[in-house]
Amino acid sequence: MRSLLRLRPYVEKYRSSFLIGIFYVLLTNVFTLMSPLVLKRAIDELRAGTLTHSLVTYAGVIVALAAIQGIFRYGMRKVMIGASREIEYDLRNDLFAHIESLSLPFFERGNTGDLMARATNDLNAVRMFIGPAIMYIANTFFIVVIGVSLMLGIDWKLTLLAMIPFPLLSFAVNYLGSRLHTLYGQIQEQYSSITTHVQENISGIRVVKAFVREREEIRRFGILNREFIKRNMRMVRLWGLFFPFMGLLTGAALLIVLWYGGLRVVNGHLTLGGFIAFMSYLGMLTWPAIAIGWVINLIQRGAASMQRLGEIFDERPEIVETAKPVVQPVRGELSFENITFQYHGAEAPVLRDLTFHVREGETVAVVGAIGSGKSTLLRLIARLYDVTGGAIRLDGIDLREWGLHTVRDAIGFVPQETFLFSLSIKNNVRFGSPDRPEEEIRAACELARLTNDLARFPNDWETIVGERGVLLSGGQKQRIAVARALARDPGILILDDSLSSVDVKTEEEILRGLREFRKGRTTIIVSHRLSAVRDADRILVLEGGTIRAVGTHEELIRGDGFYSRLYERQRITRELEELE
Amino acid sequence: MSWGDPVIPEEEVISKSLDWTLMRRLLRYLKPYRVAVLFSILLLFLLSGLGIVGPFITKLAIDRAIAAETIADAERMRILTQFSLIYLLVLVLEFGIRYAQTYITQLVGQKVMFDLRTEIFSHLQKMSLHYFHKNPVGRLMTRVTGDVEVLNELFTSGVVQIFGDLFLLIGIVTAMLLLNAKLALVVFTVLPVIFFASMLFRAKVRDSYRNVRTRLARLNSHLQESITGMNVIQLFGAEKRSFDQFDGANALHRDAHLQSVHYYAVFFPVVELIGAVATALIVWYGGGAVVQDALTFGALAAFIQYTASFFRPIRDLSEKYNVLQSAMASSERIFHLLDTKPGIPVAPDAQEPGPLSHSITFEDVWFAYNEEDWVLKGIDLTVRQGERVALVGATGSGKTTLVTLLGRFYDVQKGVIKLDGTDIREFALGNLRRRIGTVLQDVFLFSGTIDYNIRLGDQAITEERMLEAAQVANADGFIGRLENGYAEPVRERGAGLSTGEKQLLAFSRALAFDPEVFILDEATSNIDSETEALIQDALERILVGRTSLVIAHRLSTIQNVDRIIVLHNGEIREEGTHEELMAEGGIYKKLYDLEYDGKRWE
Repeated sequence: MRSLLRLRPYVEKYRSSFLIGIFYVLLTNVFTLMSPLVLKRAIDELRAGTLTHSLVTYAGVIVALAAIQGIFRYGMRKVMIGASREIEYDLRNDLFAHIESLSLPFFERGNTGDLMARATNDLNAVRMFIGPAIMYIANTFFIVVIGVSLMLGIDWKLTLLAMIPFPLLSFAVNYLGSRLHTLYGQIQEQYSSITTHVQENISGIRVVKAFVREREEIRRFGILNREFIKRNMRMVRLWGLFFPFMGLLTGAALLIVLWYGGLRVVNGHLTLGGFIAFMSYLGMLTWPAIAIGWVINLIQRGAASMQRLGEIFDERPEIVETAKPVVQPVRGELSFENITFQYHGAEAPVLRDLTFHVREGETVAVVGAIGSGKSTLLRLIARLYDVTGGAIRLDGIDLREWGLHTVRDAIGFVPQETFLFSLSIKNNVRFGSPDRPEEEIRAACELARLTNDLARFPNDWETIVGERGVLLSGGQKQRIAVARALARDPGILILDDSLSSVDVKTEEEILRGLREFRKGRTTIIVSHRLSAVRDADRILVLEGGTIRAVGTHEELIRGDGFYSRLYERQRITRELEELE
Repeated sequence: MSWGDPVIPEEEVISKSLDWTLMRRLLRYLKPYRVAVLFSILLLFLLSGLGIVGPFITKLAIDRAIAAETIADAERMRILTQFSLIYLLVLVLEFGIRYAQTYITQLVGQKVMFDLRTEIFSHLQKMSLHYFHKNPVGRLMTRVTGDVEVLNELFTSGVVQIFGDLFLLIGIVTAMLLLNAKLALVVFTVLPVIFFASMLFRAKVRDSYRNVRTRLARLNSHLQESITGMNVIQLFGAEKRSFDQFDGANALHRDAHLQSVHYYAVFFPVVELIGAVATALIVWYGGGAVVQDALTFGALAAFIQYTASFFRPIRDLSEKYNVLQSAMASSERIFHLLDTKPGIPVAPDAQEPGPLSHSITFEDVWFAYNEEDWVLKGIDLTVRQGERVALVGATGSGKTTLVTLLGRFYDVQKGVIKLDGTDIREFALGNLRRRIGTVLQDVFLFSGTIDYNIRLGDQAITEERMLEAAQVANADGFIGRLENGYAEPVRERGAGLSTGEKQLLAFSRALAFDPEVFILDEATSNIDSETEALIQDALERILVGRTSLVIAHRLSTIQNVDRIIVLHNGEIREEGTHEELMAEGGIYKKLYDLEYDGKRWE
C-alpha cells in the first residue's frame, strides 16, 4: 500500500480538481437523496387526502432535483475522472522520459515485453485507482452518511435492520473479486500455453509435417484446450454466483423492508410514504455497497502495479556525466589506453588490455573473427558502455569527462543491426540531424546510393518504412542507416559491418563516395569484407580481445595470419562469382 | 497479444453489421448443444417472469395488508407475512435459476470454443508450407486464440442474453399495461427517449473508443519502438525529440479519453433525469388516478419499481449490437481460414508406397516458389536404392529446395518425381513422408522433454528404440550428463542446448522413426570440434545402407559418399565421385580448394 504514496506529487498537482470534485460528489448526493423525501410527502398527503401542493408541483420538484443533481454529477465525473486522465498522462510522460535516460545495459537486461506490460497494464491499474476508485470512495462515503441519516430520521429501527445485508454485500464483492482475479490469472496462464503451442506448431510446421505428427499435435492441442475450458469453468462456477448473489442480498434488504417495514406501517410507526421512500433508498444504496468491494480491489491492484512501476523509476542510468562535463568542439583524436571491458555477468572480458591510438582524420579498419570484440570496441567509443579498466581519451580528455551529448553529437554511428523507425525514409535519414537543410540530407542519400531506390518508392523519400509503408530489403535498410550517420556531418564516423547486406557493386560505389567524405574525419570501420577495409590508413586485427596485428593492407597480406587468409578466401569466392 | 503492433489492428477496418449467412453458419456450431441452449432460453423466460413478480408482490402486500386499513391488524400482519414468504421464495428461486442459467450458457460457450479451436487448429495442420510462408505466425495465432475469444462473447453474453432482455422488456410492459393501461401508456412516453439516448450514447462511445484504441495502439507502438531502438535514439541524441513525439501521442490519447469521459458524464445524469421524469409522471398522473380511486397505492409503488428496471435491458440491447459487430468480423476471418483449401491435393485412390527397391528419380523437374522465378531448372537425377549422394553448391543454388520436393512439401510445376517408377503424387502423403527422415539445417525443438523431442509423441516408438537411436546418433553422451536425462525439459526453441547438441538430437529423432531415405541439410553455424567429431562419427553409421541425400556445407564431410552433385543456379553442373570431380578441375575443385585453404589456418 505504501507504494501509492509515490503518487502524492501527481495528485497534489491536481489538488483543486480533486477538492472541487469531492464537493460535487457531496452536492450530487444531497440532491439525489432528497427526491425520495418528496415522494414520501406526496404519497402521505395523497393518502391522508390533504394535498398541500398540486401533484404537478411534486412532479416538477422531482424532475428539478434530478436536473440539479445531474449537473453536479456531470461535473463530478468530468473533474475527477478527467484529473485521473491528466495524471495518467503525466505519469506516462515521466515514465518515458525516465526510460530514455537509462543506459543500454538496462535494455539488454530486461525484456521489452515486461517493460511494455508495466507501461500499459500497470499504468492503467494505477489510473483506475486515481480516478474511479477515489471517486467511488467519496461517492459511497457521502451516500451512506447522508442516506442512512435520512433513513434513520424516518425510522431508525427499520434502517438498522434493513442495513444488515449491505456490509455482507461489499464483503462478498471484495472476496469474489480477489478470488476471480486469481482464477483469471490461471486462465491467462493456460491461454498463453495454448498460444505458445500454436506458435511452436506453426514455427515448426516443417518438422510436424516431415514426421507426420499432425495428429499428435492436434491431440496435444486438445489437452491444452480442454484444460483451458476446465479453468474457465472453474471461474464460471464462481463468476456465475456473482450477480445472482448480489440480487439475493439486495433482495433480502427489500424483503426486510417489505415485511418489517410493512408491519411498522400496520402498527402506525411508519407512513406508507415512508415505506415507499425506504424502498427507493435501498435502490440507491445498492450500487455504492457493491462499489466498496470493487474499490478495495482497485486499491489493491493499484498498489501492486505502482510497486512495479516504482521499480522502473528506481532504476538509475549507468552511464552518467560528471558534475562539470567538458563541452567543446571535438577534433577526433582517440587514444585507447590499456582498456579492458567485460559485460556484466560475463565470465571473461571481451577486450583485454588494449592500447591503440587513432590520429585526427585517420581511417582505421578493424577486422577479426566473430566474438573478437570488434563491435564492443565501437560501442565504447560512443560511450554506450564505460570501460571496466583503463581509459579512452578523446582529444586527450577521458571520455567520461566529456558531456555525453557532446561526444555522441560528434559521432556518426552505423550499428551492426540496423534499426529504423516507422517514419518516412527522409525522417529516418535526418533522425540525428533534424535541422540540416534538405539538400544536405539529399546529398547523404546520394552518398549512400539511395537515390535510385527512392525513385521506385510510392512517395519517394516520404514513403513510410515498415509494415505501414514499404518493406525494405536488408541492403536498403543498411544504406538508410549509413545515410542517417552521414547526414550528421560527423567528426567521427563509425561503421560496424554496415554494408554486409549491400551487393558488391553498390558497396563499391558507396566506398568510392566515402573516400572523399572521410577526408578530415576520423573513421573507424569494422567489416568482414576486404573491399571495405583495404583503403584504410591502418588495419587492426583483433583476436580474443587483443590486438594481434596492425598494418596496411599490403603489409598484412604478406603475412600468414587471419588477414591474409581472409584475403585468399574472398579472392576465390570472387572468382567463383565471375564464373556465372 | 502483440504489444504495440504498429499496424492498425484489423478490427478497426471492419464496418460489417449483421450478416445472416455468417450468422447462420455460426449458429450451426450451437447445434450439438441445442437442448442446453433451449433449456437456457427457457430459464431466461422463467427469470424474466420472476423479475416481474417482485414488484407485483409489493403491490399486493401494500393493497391487501399494509394499506388495507379496513382489515384487522392481526389479519393484515398474517397476510403480510404470507407475501413476505412468497417474496423470499421468489428470491431463492431467482438465485438458483440465474446461477443455473449462467452456468449452462457459459458451458455451451466453452464447448463451442473448444470445437472451433480444434477445427481451426486441425485445419491449419492440413495447410501446405506455402500457406505458412504467406501468413505471418502472429496472424494465424490470432485466428486460433483471439478471434475465437470474441465469438465466445457472442455465444455467452450475446445471442442468448438477447432473449433475456427481450423477455424482460415484454414482461414489464405487459405487467404495467395490466396494472393500469392508461398510466402505463403515459409512462411509456419516456421509452423512445431512453432508447434514443442509449443508441446515441452507444454510437458516440463506440466512436470515441475506436479513437482511444487507435491512439493507444499508436502510443504503444511508439513506446515499443523507442525501447527497441533506444540505442539509436541515444547515439543520435534524439531523446528530446522522441520525447516530444511521445508527448504528442500521449496527449492525443488523453484527449480521446477525455472525450469519452464527457459522454459518460452526460449519459448517466440523462438516464437519471429520464428516470425522474418517469417517476414524476407516475406521481402526477398516477397520483391523480389514486385520488379518483382508479389506482391503488400498491400499484403506484409497483409502477415506480417497474420503471426503475426498464433501463438495464434497453441499455444492454444496444450494447449487444457491438458484440454482434465484432463477432461478425472475427467469424468472417475464421471462416475464411477454414474455407482455404489445403495446398497439396491428395489423390483419391492414394496408394501405400512399398519399400523402396529401385530408385528415386527426378525427371526434368522445374520448380519455382513464385511464378516463373525458377529455383530448379530441369533437374534429371536418379538415386539408386542404398546410394549415398551429396549435393553441393552455393547458397541459392537450389539444394534445399530439391530435397524438400521429395517429401512433397511443394508440388513441382513441371516434370515428375518418382519412387520406384511411381509418381509421388499418387502416394498417401503421410506414408510418403514417414519413409523419409529429415534433419534440417535449423533444428527445431519443441518445448517438452528430450524424450518427447526424439519420439515426438509417437506411441509406436518403444523406449528401447529411442535409446538405441540416441546411441547410434551419439546423443546419449550429452543426454546422460543432463540432470534429468531423457526427462530433461527442453525450453522454447531448445535454448540452453548447443547447435551441435541439437543436431545430434535431430539425428536421434530421424533414426527413431527408422526412415528408408535419409536427408541431411547440414548446419552451417560453428560447432565445437568435439561435437563435430561426434556428428561425423554418427553420420558414418546412419548413412550405411540408407538411401541418402546430404547437403554439405563442409566438403570434408562428404568424401565418402558414392556420388557428388554440384548444383549451380538450379541446374546440375557437375556429377561424379570426389576424385573424378577433383580431376575435372571445375566448380567443385574450386570450392574444395577454398575450404581446404581455410582449414589450413584454423
